[in-house]
Amino acid sequence: MSTVPATDKAPETVIDVHHLTKSFGGRKVVDDVSMSVKKGRIHGFLGPNGSGKTTTIRMLCGLLTPDSGDGTCLGFDILTESDRIRRRVGYMTQKFSLYQDLSIRENLEFVARVYGLSDARGKAKAAIERLGLKGREKQLAGELSGGWKQRLALGACILPEPALLLLDEPTAGVDPQARRDFWNEIHALAADGLSVLVSTHYMDEAERCHEIAYIAYGKLLVQGTVDEVIEGTGLVTWTVSGPDVHHLQAELSKQPGIDMIAPFGLSLHVAGHDESALEQAIAPYRDRSGFKWEKGEATLEDAFIDLMGRSEDNFR
Amino acid sequence: MTAPYDPELNGNGGFFKRFWAMTVKEFIQMTRDRVTLATMIMIPVMQLLLFGFAINTTPHDLPTAVLMRENSDVGRSILAALKNTDFFEVQSVITRSEDMDSLLKSGRALFVVEIPEGFERAVRRGETPALLVAADATDPVASSSALGALSGIVTSALANDRQIEFSEPSKPAFSIVQHRRYNPAGSSTLNIVPGLLGTILTMTLLIFTALSVTREMERGTMENLLSMPIRPLEIMFGKITPYVLIGLIQALIIISAGILVFRVPILGDLPSLALATALFVIANLSIGYTFSTLATNQLQAIQMAMMFFLPNILLSGFMFPFAGMPGWAQWIGEALPLTHYIRIVRAIMLKGADIATLAYDTGVLAGLMMLAMLIAVRRFRRTLD
Repeated sequence: MSTVPATDKAPETVIDVHHLTKSFGGRKVVDDVSMSVKKGRIHGFLGPNGSGKTTTIRMLCGLLTPDSGDGTCLGFDILTESDRIRRRVGYMTQKFSLYQDLSIRENLEFVARVYGLSDARGKAKAAIERLGLKGREKQLAGELSGGWKQRLALGACILPEPALLLLDEPTAGVDPQARRDFWNEIHALAADGLSVLVSTHYMDEAERCHEIAYIAYGKLLVQGTVDEVIEGTGLVTWTVSGPDVHHLQAELSKQPGIDMIAPFGLSLHVAGHDESALEQAIAPYRDRSGFKWEKGEATLEDAFIDLMGRSEDNFR
Repeated sequence: MTAPYDPELNGNGGFFKRFWAMTVKEFIQMTRDRVTLATMIMIPVMQLLLFGFAINTTPHDLPTAVLMRENSDVGRSILAALKNTDFFEVQSVITRSEDMDSLLKSGRALFVVEIPEGFERAVRRGETPALLVAADATDPVASSSALGALSGIVTSALANDRQIEFSEPSKPAFSIVQHRRYNPAGSSTLNIVPGLLGTILTMTLLIFTALSVTREMERGTMENLLSMPIRPLEIMFGKITPYVLIGLIQALIIISAGILVFRVPILGDLPSLALATALFVIANLSIGYTFSTLATNQLQAIQMAMMFFLPNILLSGFMFPFAGMPGWAQWIGEALPLTHYIRIVRAIMLKGADIATLAYDTGVLAGLMMLAMLIAVRRFRRTLD
């Protein structure tokens, strides 16, 4: 049982869920979320804290039972076939959840045995070498630094050769170099046909995903490629740079036609959904001396700030 | 959520692979916690030595006073008889009843034997006069066993005196006739060692497994464990197995110390004792594990274990005679594994019984074990709902 047996269903879509809803204590944490993830794709899952990302991921791997909704994960029913899903899914929890009082090798051997792999010792040894942890295999997992813990957790996830990885904020609290290495690894795995659903807060990580989904207050607001998401918001963006953009921001924010203003270093991103209204609004300021106006492409961050602003409006 | 039958998880000896994975993991974690491991071995030795020597329900040298209302041969022979036993230590001979009250009240005497006026004459006439005994019954165990001994002593002293008139009355020609089967010396250590064996095992084993699931919950490792293809039964067996070994080692230590230090005999056969002990160990571990699946944190789990432990001590017949309890308390006692284990161990060690003659107690023990396991597997939440 070293490799996952191919299923006759062989789905092109690895995650296909509809209308998932989950409440805790009367509060809807996930509200009518439908999403699909294609095979071999890296799917970014974005949204503010407490928006329901973790809950959604847990429902996908059978750790939580949805109140309503249904769907499949790797072709198996998330409600009735969670054992088969568990066998084929690698789930990396937000908080490090391997055994801190077991060594690196013992943790990996435990995972290999639980998944019924033949030659658990050999598989664990190979994983240690792949992770670059050779010589440290006797170190307790709890003594590792944040970056190494994350590497070990990912190593444990992919040890049983899953078909789908569910990664819950895997790079939180990890330094940029480790993050970069991590993403290179993810892309290499995806190139081999592994599908990945990864939740994150980082925009640069979102831009490295093939597709992204944005969730806020339990509702899935948008789903698609990065370009599709930016386009979907219909934002027209101007960038203005110059001295004291802070005061300018205060003035501009009173203007109708401007839906979003966000400072980026020494410049401001000024965006609106209606191009002509936006241009009308900024017209009086364009000739102001010292300021340089440039029409730009909306960034993913602009799109998210806009989405977040709109979803907040809905909940007021 | 009940898992449907899944040939993929059941084939290829998957059950044993996962069970073994869990066992190895638990075993390593157990050995890694050196302090706890050392405590596991030390607890039985310390408890056994402490309680084995301290608990002795057969009192001796009870401070006694004799109130002599007449100066007679019979009176003197009773006094001499009292002085000749270990039970009593005659500290004073008094003649006024006011002294008796103050001695008892102050605790300087636990017993006052009053020989009334005209006692000897009445005895010689065969009138069976009353011999008054005032006892401090605030410690009923001490006073009742001494009272029992007293009547024997006095009867012998009188019989002695009446049969051989005018001979030397203080000759210690009497004996206290007691017939104590299985424990001819009346030694309470023989009774206490089997009881302690069960009590120590119950206390330590309950807590080991009571913490096992809640610990994973509190450390956050449960989320990872539940996302893996391992099932409740495999987790339970894997978590219990390493501690069965520990339980058996503890039992071995206690029984060895019982034999070496307290000279407790094992009249029955060792395989029977080992089998009963293994069953009892697994039953307690299963009950602890059940608490662990019911509790939401380690403190709750420990409190549940303690709530279960107390009736085990008080109602199992370890501390108080089982037959003396009211019916409802006996019913509760019957539902506790310690009750049955103590019966089994006393029977095997002291009476030379084997497990076949103890089918009822063994059966109940096995039944309790199965019940606990059933509840634990059904209560184990495979999701974080």
